[in-house]
Amino acid sequence: MINITAILFYIFSGTLLSAAALVITSRNAVHGALFLIVAFFNAAGLFVLAQAEFLAMMLIVVYVGAVAVLFLFVVMMLNLEMRQGQKVTHRYSLIGGVVGGVLMTELLLMLVSWRTSSSAFDLTVAHISLYKDMTNTQALGNLLYTHYALIFQCAGLILLISMIGAIVLSLRHREGVRRQKIGDQIERQMKDSVQLMDIPSGSGI
Amino acid sequence: MTISLDHYLIVAALLFIIGTIGIFLNRRNVIVILMSIELMLLAVNVNFIAFSQYLGDLVGQVFALFVLTIAAAEAAVGLAILLVFFRNRGDIDVDDMAVMKG
Repeated sequence: MINITAILFYIFSGTLLSAAALVITSRNAVHGALFLIVAFFNAAGLFVLAQAEFLAMMLIVVYVGAVAVLFLFVVMMLNLEMRQGQKVTHRYSLIGGVVGGVLMTELLLMLVSWRTSSSAFDLTVAHISLYKDMTNTQALGNLLYTHYALIFQCAGLILLISMIGAIVLSLRHREGVRRQKIGDQIERQMKDSVQLMDIPSGSGI
Repeated sequence: MTISLDHYLIVAALLFIIGTIGIFLNRRNVIVILMSIELMLLAVNVNFIAFSQYLGDLVGQVFALFVLTIAAAEAAVGLAILLVFFRNRGDIDVDDMAVMKG
């Protein structure tokens, strides 16, 4: 008998894999980015099934809300015309297939032969049963702000660096655009800009 | 029938392989290569979450969160580089990227 979790798992993973396949095969990059959004939604469904609710919502917020929209934005901004790249594309499909096949064989061989060491369960650092009375978000926060506070700060630093890097890379001053220079405005003195004159009455300047 | 760890691992492995093939398949378009990298990182995240549930250890989810962070940072910087490359050359062919002083 198949329970509802199994049905949901197969639906989510099937959609995830087909959307991922469509991402890499679609000719139009806009379609690729939209299929990427579909793939992220289904991955979030898989995360919910694995009882990682906070990460599932995070995946939707970060990936769908930010990364995929960023992809769409860049694709539409670059305005790439679709060229005839079909025959060039197939030049690398052989080596791609070989690498993918080798990787797949390795992973599947590993899958059939691996087993968990009995001591692995003793090595768990933060067992879920310790956080039994909390929601997933609370438990993650408990862990993140105590034992992993330093790495958490480093992650924030990486985000800051990447933000600055992206701004520095993509900022560009156009020629011929009049921009407001606040420094110049503040520096301006009265004697540079205002001239007071005594005009005798009845005569012009 | 229940969903075991192996199911998740197979899905993650297939997703990773799709991402790998996507890198080789799309030599015309860097954006699709960046999307393939996102897919591979997603596969890694699925593995993290699956093992986290299987071993009952919450640390896997913490590290999946960090992977998410790095993926977002990587996408932002990668797309910025792509933008600069497009401004300099007018297209984003992968084959042209070997040309220096473009």
